[in-house]
Amino acid sequence: MRFRPGDRVRVRRSFPIGHVRTPYYVRGKAGLVERACGSFPNPEELAYARPGLPALPLYRVQFLQRDLWPDYAGHPADVLVAEIYQHWLEAVENLQ
Amino acid sequence: MSTDHTDADAAHAHGAPRPDQDDTITYYRAMEIAVRELLIDKGILTAGDVRRQVESMDARGPKGGAAMVARAWVDPAFKQRMLRDGSAAARELGLEIGPLRLIVVENTPEVHNVIVCTLCSCYPRMLLGLPPDWYKSRNYRSRTVREPRAVLAEFGTTIPADMRICVHDSTADMRYLVLPLRPQGTEHLSEAELANMVTRDSMIGVAVIEASRANRVSLAERNCSIGFNFRG
Repeated sequence: MRFRPGDRVRVRRSFPIGHVRTPYYVRGKAGLVERACGSFPNPEELAYARPGLPALPLYRVQFLQRDLWPDYAGHPADVLVAEIYQHWLEAVENLQ
Repeated sequence: MSTDHTDADAAHAHGAPRPDQDDTITYYRAMEIAVRELLIDKGILTAGDVRRQVESMDARGPKGGAAMVARAWVDPAFKQRMLRDGSAAARELGLEIGPLRLIVVENTPEVHNVIVCTLCSCYPRMLLGLPPDWYKSRNYRSRTVREPRAVLAEFGTTIPADMRICVHDSTADMRYLVLPLRPQGTEHLSEAELANMVTRDSMIGVAVIEASRANRVSLAERNCSIGFNFRG
């Protein structure tokens, strides 16, 4: 498990073909790890009837809505939380 | 004599018979029929097994989720356990949830939670029954993450400007249940009466439970000592 709650992470800005469970709108965006959810077989493999092992750690990552949508109209502290697999996340420090 | 006969005559009188109301056979529908028929031909399932399973899925409703919410309202220790581990809390109440990994998110006077699955239509069916059609619509899925306040307003739910919103996009292996705020004026209600007030939409987070509903329910309970009710 590479990340802990409170860690600042960025979702990889990547656009692979095939079945992916990382929504477009969070790719390239930075957020905070809210919690670790355990490890699960990789859905990008399961989708093609492969075993998806070893299981990958899954995190809930919290984003500020105004970081996701430049024209976001709600409260500046409105957030969105999505489940993101570890291989889609990079520590923000590594990018600087 | 029979009404059928009369209807047939009437149809004749109006010209050609109406076409069947069946939907078109799409690719996936044809695939479902083919797989189902193969499973039946090979003796793995019977047509009765399939029918019973469909019936049991259709019969599921939001009662399980409502029972969890009502228990959390009356038992603070249970609420803490439920927020820590939703699946364990559901099992503690004896609810059949299979391998469901449940996260319960709590509404407070400061934060309102709403659930969406942008990628498909993930939903805690074991606790809420089949998802409503709008939950699976592209409109709800694409707009709830981007403009939750506008979407909630279309459901008649106005979130005050100084209240924060937390949208949960159910993108992977977790499923979500919103613990709504307990309405004021419900202190006199029993756990079963509270459970009757908890709506499906409040547990998805597109609605809140209004105090007026609490009063209506308790009035109905008082005025109707005999009769149909949903407590089981």
